[in-house]
Amino acid sequence: MTRSPSLMRQVAVTALAAMCAATLAHAQTARPAPSAAKASITDPRYSLRGGWTDAQEAISNLTLVAHRDRPEGFSNPADAGDFAFVNSDLAFDGKFAFIGGYHGFQVWDISVPANPTLRLAYACPGGQGDLSVHKNLLFLSVEENKGRVDCGGQGVEAASSSERFRGVRIFDISDIDHPRQVAAVQTCRGSHTHTLLPDASDAANVYVYVSGTGGVRSSTELAGCSNGEPGTDTSTARFRIDVIKVPVASPQDARIVSRPRLFADARTQAISGLWQGGTHGAGTQETAETDQCHDITVYPELGLAAGACSGNGILLDIRDPANPTRVTEVIDRNFAYWHSATFSNDGSKLLFSDEWGGGVGAKCRASDKMTWGANAIFTLRNRKLTPQGHYKIPAAQSDVENCVAHNGTLIPVPGRDIMVQAWYQGGLSVFDFTDPRKPVEIAYFDRGPINPAQLTLAGFWSAYWYNGHIYGSEIGRGLDVLELKPSAMLSQNEIDAAKQVHFAGSNPQVQQKLSWVPSFAVARAYVDQLERGRGLPAGQVTSVNASLGLAEQQSGAARQAILRALGTRLTRAVATARDKPRVRALAATVSGLADATQ
Amino acid sequence: MYTVRRFVLTVLLLTALLLTGGTALRAQPSVITPPVVTAADIRFMQDMLLHHRQAIELASLVGTRTRAPQLRTLAERIAVSQSDEMAVMRQWLAAHGVAAGTSATHDTSAHLGHGTPGAVAMARMPGMLSPAEMRVMRASQGARFDRLFLDGMIRHHVGALVMVETLMATPRAAQESSINRFVTDVDTDQRAEITRMRRMLSSGR
Repeated sequence: MTRSPSLMRQVAVTALAAMCAATLAHAQTARPAPSAAKASITDPRYSLRGGWTDAQEAISNLTLVAHRDRPEGFSNPADAGDFAFVNSDLAFDGKFAFIGGYHGFQVWDISVPANPTLRLAYACPGGQGDLSVHKNLLFLSVEENKGRVDCGGQGVEAASSSERFRGVRIFDISDIDHPRQVAAVQTCRGSHTHTLLPDASDAANVYVYVSGTGGVRSSTELAGCSNGEPGTDTSTARFRIDVIKVPVASPQDARIVSRPRLFADARTQAISGLWQGGTHGAGTQETAETDQCHDITVYPELGLAAGACSGNGILLDIRDPANPTRVTEVIDRNFAYWHSATFSNDGSKLLFSDEWGGGVGAKCRASDKMTWGANAIFTLRNRKLTPQGHYKIPAAQSDVENCVAHNGTLIPVPGRDIMVQAWYQGGLSVFDFTDPRKPVEIAYFDRGPINPAQLTLAGFWSAYWYNGHIYGSEIGRGLDVLELKPSAMLSQNEIDAAKQVHFAGSNPQVQQKLSWVPSFAVARAYVDQLERGRGLPAGQVTSVNASLGLAEQQSGAARQAILRALGTRLTRAVATARDKPRVRALAATVSGLADATQ
Repeated sequence: MYTVRRFVLTVLLLTALLLTGGTALRAQPSVITPPVVTAADIRFMQDMLLHHRQAIELASLVGTRTRAPQLRTLAERIAVSQSDEMAVMRQWLAAHGVAAGTSATHDTSAHLGHGTPGAVAMARMPGMLSPAEMRVMRASQGARFDRLFLDGMIRHHVGALVMVETLMATPRAAQESSINRFVTDVDTDQRAEITRMRRMLSSGR
């Protein structure tokens, strides 16, 4: 979230948009989506009854298995939308879900996902409270002026004070019930978000990419901070990120090791080399100036990161973790503010989200364009990005519900690109972007407005998949846990295959490569996809299913023999199949399953 | 008695320092009350409301006086974003039990509705254009108007940044979450618009 809660920029640009004669020249500019697309007002999500704790719900192809209100002391009973108590991002480690927030962080035990229990509510105010966990260390972003080094809630007395803290806190959580702040690295703009980057070649250190979006502090409070214009002030705290290096065994020695100028012009080296802010012509969105990153998603296996950096989406080479370099950048005439990014698992696609209105505006009304405040999907090939389509929740929302694209993760269904994403009071949405030009919704969950009388900040900040369930951090309502239900667009086999993927922990801004151990569920997931997409003739689908069924009934050598034969048959079928890559993946899974059979 | 208490406190503090490795001094109380808004915060909002009002008045002059569509777009956007922010400020002031523009801290000799506050308020609101400057602008056309407008609006925006800076330099100010965020937004937006206007000015638009 980037904007103050009531800053409703119901900009009159929609009217201008009608006049738009969209002609696009730049190769890396997203093409306009069909203008006919409109958000539905017949969707059940449109007209839900409101309420803080008793709002009406609409749910499709999901089950809400648990809900927990924010803990005591972490909300203002008199004001559901009180900014001081906003729930923010989520991270996971083992059996714990960590919910960040403006007031501190919460630790929920999710050993039994249907019964989350509060383990710890740790007050340490300062917002945004985005957090990450690495081994025994917890990292917390602090940006507000009231933040204190000692986690106190009383604010800071002097205008310039060594007691103030804006930056990244590091806690030792070896004893989960008693976090111990072991370091607090101050930065000039505070930390709105941060991203951990483990170094594959050096387990002793972890890096933190700090995205600061707040005002620049005075140099009397923090030496070296300056807020000058890029043309004249080469040390300005804008137009950069901060990189902190953290020795895992001695986190107290954490320090800033570089301040990369990621937006520099390749030729002139001018530090403000990217989007200068403004519109792209009549009828286009007004895009923020590129002087900050809002969020960075790293994908260490690819050596790449995607930066959602206010006015641009940028691709970074992160093989030298302390010195990321920009590889390429994109603009999109529909984007107001580049907010976050998600790679497809194979790295062939990159999805960027636009936080039009800063997360506090109602931007999913029937009158709002479907390409504004949406996700833009690009293909990524040879380190070049090419625009494809946009995705926005298909249901219109009311004008008292803040709604725009926000944080999400992939759901590990093999063979498809599926994502769950938070849309503030637009609820959460599960969608498929395998075809990047035609993303389609699979499932959703939504509540009516938290306050039907007036736009009040609430809704899902984050919705992430973690080891079989979807966890939602609701700004004003707390924690939700959901489970996928099979439908025509997603089979039980595909859900089972997704549930098979297990991580020891997850910081969603650090993408981990998904891989699937060959299993009957994974094989059947592929078969279901081949049937749904007619990637294999119906007769062959039936016979493959029969063979898999037979194999599962058998054991040992008999099973192995059936699977081997099936694997061979499928390998031969690749040549004539419509969906060759999927049949190949199925053949490999079946053969792998045969190999694993004792 | 006093010294004993102080001694005990010191020992407690030192113990806490030892226990926590020096950074976190405070035990976890069950409920922490966040900082509240201050008189400076309220005055800032009241002043900024008036400051924005003049920006909108300035923007409204553009319509017939310019031949540059770019300038017209810019003025429309400034008017839209600042009137949105004015609604926010009014709502915020109402929520804190203060009526907009009627505070005793204001220079009541001013004709607020005409964007020409008196000397006291002017001093608190840098970048405001004087009635004479407004008259000159009203009377101008074309390229001359464009230049006057951009000069005036840049100065007006820079004034808003100074107001933000002044607030941030005030002890205990801008610590309540909603005003902290509002101030950050004003700073970000106006800074970006200044950059854009300076570019237009240097490109002769």
